[in-house]
Amino acid sequence: MNDITKMSVGQRQYLKKLKRSRQMIQLFRILIFMVFVFIWEISTQLQCIDSFIFSSPSRVIKTIYTMSLNQSLFLHIGITLWETLVSFFIVSVLGTGIAVLLWLSPRLSAILEPYLVVLNSLPKSALAPLLIVWLGANMTTIIVAGVSVAIFGSIINLYTGFQEISPDKLKLIYTLGGNKKDALTKVVLPSSIPAMLGIMKVNIGLCLVGVVIGEFIGSKQGLGYLIIYGSQVFKLDWVIMSIIILCIIAMLLYNLINLLEKLYSKRI
Amino acid sequence: MQIPLLELKNVSLSYHSEKGETPAISDISFQIQQGEFLAIVGPSGCGKSTLLNLISGLLIPETGEILINRKQMSENHMNIGYMLQKDHLFEWRTIYSNVLLGLEIQKKVTSEKKKMIDDLLLTYGLDKFKAAKPSQLSGGMRQRAALIRTLALEPDLLLLDEPFSALDYQTRLNVSDDIGNIIKHESKTAILVTHDISEAISMADRVIILTSRPASVQTTVPIQLDIPNRTPLLSRNAPDFKNYFNLIWKELNRHE
Repeated sequence: MNDITKMSVGQRQYLKKLKRSRQMIQLFRILIFMVFVFIWEISTQLQCIDSFIFSSPSRVIKTIYTMSLNQSLFLHIGITLWETLVSFFIVSVLGTGIAVLLWLSPRLSAILEPYLVVLNSLPKSALAPLLIVWLGANMTTIIVAGVSVAIFGSIINLYTGFQEISPDKLKLIYTLGGNKKDALTKVVLPSSIPAMLGIMKVNIGLCLVGVVIGEFIGSKQGLGYLIIYGSQVFKLDWVIMSIIILCIIAMLLYNLINLLEKLYSKRI
Repeated sequence: MQIPLLELKNVSLSYHSEKGETPAISDISFQIQQGEFLAIVGPSGCGKSTLLNLISGLLIPETGEILINRKQMSENHMNIGYMLQKDHLFEWRTIYSNVLLGLEIQKKVTSEKKKMIDDLLLTYGLDKFKAAKPSQLSGGMRQRAALIRTLALEPDLLLLDEPFSALDYQTRLNVSDDIGNIIKHESKTAILVTHDISEAISMADRVIILTSRPASVQTTVPIQLDIPNRTPLLSRNAPDFKNYFNLIWKELNRHE
């Protein structure tokens, strides 16, 4: 298929055009970033904006360097990353489990529906202060905060996905002599894998949000703590550096799930 | 008289909803003998599929009874194969593991059964596609794979619920010929539900015509086509084919 000698002129031109368009997109992405960093740096150098409040790319890099020297930066990143991954794992397992239970029992899902809707729409940051009081200012609280942000939406979306499976596919299982458990393991779960991966992509970001909220109010470590502490002692370099690192973490985690999704679709 | 394989006696069923009751099937009685191919035609939405759901045990009749070899369905379990409109082969399984699905569910995967499936795949030209994904197969081959999935459970009775209606016309003729010959070759008893009159005549030994909803039996037409080595495709050229078509057409339109 990729043998260039067998390709027609038209096909070769088409591929060339496609490649050029992709390069163009990549180029502009990088360009926007460079221009932004450049303007930020220049305007602080020329004192158009106050680098004490707005920081600057060079000050962020300097902060990263000094904080790497005493290892404290890696500790904060590691803590936040660990808490995010643990809450993501809990959301994935618990969310799928509860969605399966709801699917198995339509009556249970009818009873629980209003509660799920309310809990899903509730701003979870409102829960964080309560969690601190109930569970204490420790890692458990922060992981629970991360879970609370993602779990309800995850259950609702997954359950909706389960319900969209064509009734004829389920009927096939019943005509082959299967029961509800067979329908679950042979049809519902395997056909929901793409939906699960899509929901996971959203969840990993939501867990990060929940973890940072938790760290804001009940923690002595982590990037969320660094942001709050930095703003209190007016070390805004810390704040902005943490935000940038959070951006990078969010991107990396998203791409991790994206990779999983690609691997899955290649296997199919 | 021979004991019928399946017998429906005054079977009725209504669907219930908050808005009221919709009678779907009203007082249907018929029999099918071992080895017979029965077709059921009727206006669309008359409750044909409901009838198959009743026979397969997915629904329970409100009144009347369904007997298998003269015994109640609940005490005399019969293996019933069901073919749906679409093949519903699962894209996340290979053709081979799709075909094994029924055996897997009934926990009957043995080396003998596997051998039987290998033979079926070989006989019906799918042995080279064992490892293929369903999307790599043509519509006709997919429907054949779906039939083998059904035959793997060695059903005593096959229920075909408009299994060709999702195919284009040319494929439909070929596949119905194919499937008809396979069923005859494996000497299976079958009930075909369709709204396609020609399809019914070309495949069946007997055609039951249903009234519009609620469905009841309007007439039964035995099909006698005098041709040697009858196949669904050859049947369409039989001299009497046209006469049967007109007869059934008139019956279906009698009340309109």
